[in-house]
Amino acid sequence: MAVQTPAYGTMIPQPTEFSPQERTEALEEILTERGLVTSQVLDGLIKTYEQDVGPMNGAKVVAKAWVDPEFHARLLADGTAACAELGYKGTQGEHIIALENSATVHNVVVCTLCSCYPWPLLGLPPSWYKNPAYRARVVREPRTVLAEFGLELGPDVEIRVHDSTSEVRYLVVPERPAGTEKLSEEQLAGLVTRDAMVGIEKVAAGRRR
Amino acid sequence: MSAAVPTLELEGAASPPRSNGELIFAEPWESRAFGLAVALHSSGTFTWKAFSTELATSIAHWERDHPPGECYSYYSCWLQALEAILERSQIVDRGAVADRVDRLRQRPAGHDHQHP
Repeated sequence: MAVQTPAYGTMIPQPTEFSPQERTEALEEILTERGLVTSQVLDGLIKTYEQDVGPMNGAKVVAKAWVDPEFHARLLADGTAACAELGYKGTQGEHIIALENSATVHNVVVCTLCSCYPWPLLGLPPSWYKNPAYRARVVREPRTVLAEFGLELGPDVEIRVHDSTSEVRYLVVPERPAGTEKLSEEQLAGLVTRDAMVGIEKVAAGRRR
Repeated sequence: MSAAVPTLELEGAASPPRSNGELIFAEPWESRAFGLAVALHSSGTFTWKAFSTELATSIAHWERDHPPGECYSYYSCWLQALEAILERSQIVDRGAVADRVDRLRQRPAGHDHQHP
């Protein structure tokens, strides 16, 4: 083959005079003709991510950790295995690490390179997570960025920023809010928001998702 | 008001998928490009690490150099990464994509609006 393939990690220019719709449709046709994908598989995948996978999976993990001390210990020791107990496995074979927030430590997650995100637990990432400004600024000035999201943390709280990779995804286990002692595991899961599991907000006792 | 004005349904079965009130895919091609990469990874065409590397390269390239005023589009970078990894793996080169787009453009107007 005469075509010189550029070295890995370099940019390959693409025919940008075509719209993304046209390029995607062309790719899908070619790949389908070659038997590499089928419309049924594609439709199924898209439906799964649009409708079935969402932050509720992560919320169930967090709620279980709040009520079950043994699961809590297993989750912090080996997040991948503990999430798999509930049936949530990384589709890309990545490891899941659970990070616990406390009164003195606040964890927040970013992917500075390419928006890696724990899909099986939280669904697809929100647009702010993919935004270049969030990705750059949360590393440099996390306290300011969190304040802009409405989360004011005192100077005594240590902020730890975790950068995801294609191999490691993080799940923040937020603090269980006071006044929720009588709630069931299912009711607790209803309080846990996606944003709390990325670490840009706290879980409030009185709010339902 | 004219009935021809399209409206975006915010609730009900025809509403676009949302997560915490936010659209998951803003346009249909985004979901197809997303699905293609995930499907090709699942069938072993490429590793997720290889795709992530392409995606990071594509995003970094956009951040370094993009037309003034162009808004960031995650799925545009995603599509570019998909094209790049397929070209690098010698599965689909850019010439094949260009030829196919040319053919698609020759379809008669309204080809996708023929209802049974």
